[in-house]
Amino acid sequence: MNSPVLKLIAQRVALGILLLLAVSVLIFAGTQILPGDVAQSILGQSATPVALENLRRDLGLDQPAYVRYFSWLGGVLTGDLGTSLATRQDITTTLMPRLWNTLFLAFWAAIVSVPLAIILGLLAVRYRNGPIDKLISGFALASTSLPEFFIGYLLILFFAVQLQWFPSISTIYDGMPFLTKLNAIVLPATVLVLVVLAHMMRMTRAAILNVMQSAYVETAELKGVSQFDIIRKHAFPNAVAPIINVVMLNLAFLIVGVVVVEVIFVYPGMGQYLVDHVAKRDVPVVQAVGLIFAAVYIGLNIVADVAGILTNPRLRHPK
Amino acid sequence: MSRELDFLSNYVVSGKLSRRDFLGRAAALGVSATMANSLISTAARAQGPIKGGTLKAGMVGGEATNSLDPASWQSQVPYKFGRMWGEQLVEVSPTGELEMKLAEEVSASDDAKVWTFKIRKGVQFHNGKELTPDDVVATLERHSNADSKSGALGLMGEIDTIKADGGNVVISLKEADADLPFLMTDYHLMIQPNGGKDNPGEGIGTGPYKVAENQPGVRHVGQRFDGYWNKDGIGHADTIEIIVINDATARTAALQGGQVDMINRVEPKIVELVKRAPGVTIRNVSGKGHYVFIAHCNTAPFDNNDLRLALKYAMDREELIQKILMGYGTVGNDTPINAAYPLFTQLEQRKFDPEKAAEHYKKSGHTGSVLLRTSDVAFPGAVDAAQLYQQSCAKAGIKVEIKREPGDGYWSEVWNKQPFSTSYWGGRPTQNQMFTTAYYSKADWNDTRWLREDFDKLLIQGRAELDTAKRVEIYKTMNEMLRDEGGVITPMFNDFIDATGKRVAGWENDPNGELMGGYALAKCWIAA
Repeated sequence: MNSPVLKLIAQRVALGILLLLAVSVLIFAGTQILPGDVAQSILGQSATPVALENLRRDLGLDQPAYVRYFSWLGGVLTGDLGTSLATRQDITTTLMPRLWNTLFLAFWAAIVSVPLAIILGLLAVRYRNGPIDKLISGFALASTSLPEFFIGYLLILFFAVQLQWFPSISTIYDGMPFLTKLNAIVLPATVLVLVVLAHMMRMTRAAILNVMQSAYVETAELKGVSQFDIIRKHAFPNAVAPIINVVMLNLAFLIVGVVVVEVIFVYPGMGQYLVDHVAKRDVPVVQAVGLIFAAVYIGLNIVADVAGILTNPRLRHPK
Repeated sequence: MSRELDFLSNYVVSGKLSRRDFLGRAAALGVSATMANSLISTAARAQGPIKGGTLKAGMVGGEATNSLDPASWQSQVPYKFGRMWGEQLVEVSPTGELEMKLAEEVSASDDAKVWTFKIRKGVQFHNGKELTPDDVVATLERHSNADSKSGALGLMGEIDTIKADGGNVVISLKEADADLPFLMTDYHLMIQPNGGKDNPGEGIGTGPYKVAENQPGVRHVGQRFDGYWNKDGIGHADTIEIIVINDATARTAALQGGQVDMINRVEPKIVELVKRAPGVTIRNVSGKGHYVFIAHCNTAPFDNNDLRLALKYAMDREELIQKILMGYGTVGNDTPINAAYPLFTQLEQRKFDPEKAAEHYKKSGHTGSVLLRTSDVAFPGAVDAAQLYQQSCAKAGIKVEIKREPGDGYWSEVWNKQPFSTSYWGGRPTQNQMFTTAYYSKADWNDTRWLREDFDKLLIQGRAELDTAKRVEIYKTMNEMLRDEGGVITPMFNDFIDATGKRVAGWENDPNGELMGGYALAKCWIAA
């Protein structure tokens, strides 16, 4: 490792932090212009004017917006995400288990889907335009084209209701044995795998095929290197950057985009948590979750960038 | 024949015959499936409750924002879980009578202004503390104090003082109220140690189950409380669990897959499908909740009673019940009251009559269209119902224009603000309470702007009247006034539709709410 690379990486990270700050302003402004009234949403249809007024005063909704922004930002930087308006509980303590649950599901979905997608992509290239390639691509495209709720309900119908192999509700909680937990998330994880598989697989295939056109691959072929070795030794390393990019995008999706799957399988993750609080106009929670989602997205993109730099000799050794 | 059925149903209960086979044999004897199912549950009840096991309910109506503080409850899950760990002074029984819980006896002064509740002795809270009248006073104070954010605040306005007196709690009212005990059945009024003033959300009560786990929006678990005063009565399972399943399909799948024993709110349109699943029983009971089209009686053009009558006659109630509730409902009569209420008198039923509607419409002199605001959140199928109504109005020559409002903010911006809209009312325990909440001229939620001195007078008179026959007469007059002059069009009362799996025994229909008024987990047991 030499200093230009470190400098590049430092630049990316600094840029990421700046971006995150900008996002925090956007999130805060966005939540301020939401229509409706927090107190009214908390008390719902059965709110009386007296109860409403009492609640509004308690929530301190009378201070100007910029004061609330800076006090919020200060809190976030010191690890304090604030207090939920609806439950009066500390957000960090209620949110952390949800975040872990989301990461748990995303982790297992990724562990299965990423290697599977890459292997299938490699196979598709090796037997390109043949029946295996067509089969893999067809299957992947079909699973991507079906909406995730539909796949979810199909899996529930066959594996939970008819065969009763796996539970249809994936409620996991503290103190649940590890294997029971895994058993509980089999169906939602399968849905997620099917949803993200095609994108990564197609991208792997396209990136490698692109490299396969190059002169050095032709040279390797002329040398008599076997098809698999050409892909493994020559094509894949040169196609890694775009593949990492698409993998990171899909990982981000696994964390921030799984609300529908969480609802169908009653999985206690971040998505459901966010939806519940949006419905209650629970602004501090919405801000906190929004910020975490943004951080995940930006963080994974930085990782993709850095990996791109590290795998590209031209960027590693700039003139 | 009945002997054979009795014999067979006992066989089912003791597990020697499957429910399916039983239903087949019963059908061969010419008995309907519903009848046959109820025979099994009767036989199960006759055998007596069985203690032990874990009963699980999958429910819609829970959010991550729920809390154990009874004052904050407004959705299904927190208050149904509250039924497990908390208790009020009194409760409404499935037959509509007053049932004693933490009060042993209730008595009133002759003018119905001073009420004495004798507090049950030897009742323990989950933290080991014994229940005292002071706890009761503190609880009622917390919900009636002007700073309160309690959902029960509106009910408590008539209370003047609350005092402990020896083993009693004495409540004196500003105005007489013969129904005060029914006010105390409100689910927010769970008696907590020191009224929950120290820590409102700690979940300590006197109920049959202790809070073992509380994960809002995910799951709630209760462990049987050994010190419970009414151990033989309710609380049969060792552990009860409520799993929040807000998605209707997921809820049904969980019941079919055997992960939960009972679910609430089966959608009318899928009832027929769910019914066919093996081991699943549909439990529907007609309740007090009703769907309404509300017009402001003091706002043009609805300040004209002929127009209101035209709009009432143009409502095809039967069609709405068939198409919106798939038959799982009963017709309404343009009042908020039905047979599920005590002191009810059946009035002549208003029917769909386009000619009469046209006649009244002509008399009203109104021209142009009538604007009806609706939204999906008003009640399930509200937008479809509005469109059906538009069609039936067209038959009477009345033009209705529908404006679909966003669900977000419907309750704050449209309902109780705009002159003609769709809405929903859950019932109240008594007619007095329903009228006081929504048809009293000073009520916050007088959503039809029904400002009638004579009606108010009858309402107050009815409250002070302890003679039942006279009260029946008073409420009959009030219902007639609303039916013929009010701004509420009540096409239908919806059924509560729950479903149970094969392990559940001891189910009894209860019109007070979903899942046996919230008591299903405590009153049912696991069939042997």
